[in-house]
Amino acid sequence: MPDINMLVCCKQVPDPEAPPASFKVDSAANKMTLPPDVKPVVGQYDEFAMEAALKIKDKIGGKITTLSLGNKLVRDVIKKTLAVGGDELILLEDETFEEGDSWSTAYALATAIKKIGEYDLIFCGRQSSDWDAGQVGLGIAELLGIPAVTLARKVEVTDGKAKIERVIPDGYEVVEATLPALITVTSELGALRYAALKGIMAAAKKQPIVWKPSDIGLEPSQVGAAGRRAKLTKLFQPVKEAKCEIIEGETPAEAAANLALKLRQAKIL
Amino acid sequence: MAENKGILVYGELTNGKLAAITTELLGCGRKLADELKEELSCLLTSDAVEETSKEAIAFGADKVYTVEDALLKEYQSDSYMQAAEKLVNQTSPRVILMGQTSMGRDLAPRLAFRLGVGLSTDCLDLSIDPETKLLLQTRPVYGGNAQATFTCELMPQIVTVRSKAMSPIERDDSRKGEVIPTKVEIDTSKVRTKIVEKVKEEVTGIKLEDAPVIVCGGRGIGGPEPFKTTLKELADVLKGAVGASRPPADNGWVTEALHIGLTGKIVAPEVYIAIAISGASQHIAGCSGSKNIIAINKDPEANVFREAKFGVVGRYEEVVPAFTAKLKELLAG
Repeated sequence: MPDINMLVCCKQVPDPEAPPASFKVDSAANKMTLPPDVKPVVGQYDEFAMEAALKIKDKIGGKITTLSLGNKLVRDVIKKTLAVGGDELILLEDETFEEGDSWSTAYALATAIKKIGEYDLIFCGRQSSDWDAGQVGLGIAELLGIPAVTLARKVEVTDGKAKIERVIPDGYEVVEATLPALITVTSELGALRYAALKGIMAAAKKQPIVWKPSDIGLEPSQVGAAGRRAKLTKLFQPVKEAKCEIIEGETPAEAAANLALKLRQAKIL
Repeated sequence: MAENKGILVYGELTNGKLAAITTELLGCGRKLADELKEELSCLLTSDAVEETSKEAIAFGADKVYTVEDALLKEYQSDSYMQAAEKLVNQTSPRVILMGQTSMGRDLAPRLAFRLGVGLSTDCLDLSIDPETKLLLQTRPVYGGNAQATFTCELMPQIVTVRSKAMSPIERDDSRKGEVIPTKVEIDTSKVRTKIVEKVKEEVTGIKLEDAPVIVCGGRGIGGPEPFKTTLKELADVLKGAVGASRPPADNGWVTEALHIGLTGKIVAPEVYIAIAISGASQHIAGCSGSKNIIAINKDPEANVFREAKFGVVGRYEEVVPAFTAKLKELLAG
């Protein structure tokens, strides 16, 4: 089989590991605000997707093109996909791509993938690390009319087919899919490798290809906020009553014994 | 096109019985249907669903559409999609409820995109907007750091619902309902993926989802051993199960089957003892339905104390054995 073409969809998100207290909702604008020290990163699940593609490239070669959709994407963040071994980077970048939903995002990505034309495997993270919906990958597959396998923990390509270990509640199933196929990847696949210095240097010199909606034949009304099918009516943070009773003691062991007594008294245990 | 009416629950089976999530969806669907003064139906697709269709009625369904086919014995995306698409086109529901399960996660987005409608996954709360009659779909976002309410004007409105977020109604075997067997010719030429093997990773002891008490360890546990000793001993005393947050699972200290959190298991036991867990929102998302959260952590500022009812500040190596010993003594007395 000739070299396979792999596409990886990566989203730039605010660092999901930032302390919970730094996430604040601006209710007037229905938007999440984060302090400037919370840096954008490539979504964690998208990193696993990138690693899945790299593992295949290690084994049988091939070309990896990463795609990212958004506005004002930070080059140093998104170029990580090149630094670790991606060959090309395509950005769907325009202000009209902002504030999309799963539908408009998948629609734009699928349209861009049709323009790219040649692909055997498309990888996505199992869900984004901000909105957590888990729809875009399956949406792209549906719009392209190709099979999809979700929650992959291992992916191999043999005899023109993809062989995937898909995580299920009490183990995993081995699934074979015809190519082209779309695969969403989960954390068990393993963390994204570190970039070597050589890779970082090469990535720094490489310029991404930037497409606006018109470059993929879409009207501004079909993308981002204008292209949404689901309406966000309210973004909020439920009020939490902080009411943890800290059980004290002279020593940690005594505090532990007091906790046991307390839980028995309260008939919790 | 016919007006979209009624609530349709896409049911699931576990070991030949109606899955717990399906009884929860029927409970929630019953309320929505009554509010709209419309019918609640349930779709069941498998190789044999006669018994489960009776269960679905006992748990609140007015109608049960059954598609029995050996090809549908287990969930397979392309064949289930054919059944789902046909049934949805035939019944034109207003709302489709699915579980945020292995099947729901995989099927609901395909179905929504196939039909060209919106979808909210992992919903915690559903209600009807009194003015527009639209379904208000509330789900966690940003790893559980916020919640968002969505609506979609395109019909059907599709959602998946988190397990244990809704309550079933009490089972009533005298309830009356109609079972409507439906034939769907599964076109195997359209089935593009093949399940060649299923591998079960056995977890010994009580299942996390069923355990009344869960002892859960986090990154601060530091390695695999304490999960088998310190934490296991506490769990044994309480007849509970041991779980873990994501870092122990990612580091291979425990199997993924023990991972509790946004992308792992969602649990809601009576008592949840979080040990050396910082309390990232992604973890809390998996256990926030617990009745009582108890936290043991050496960092008094740890976020987990914001979620807990009781807590002890201290190193788990010192706190947990003493806690276990005292409980053993109290429970014996």
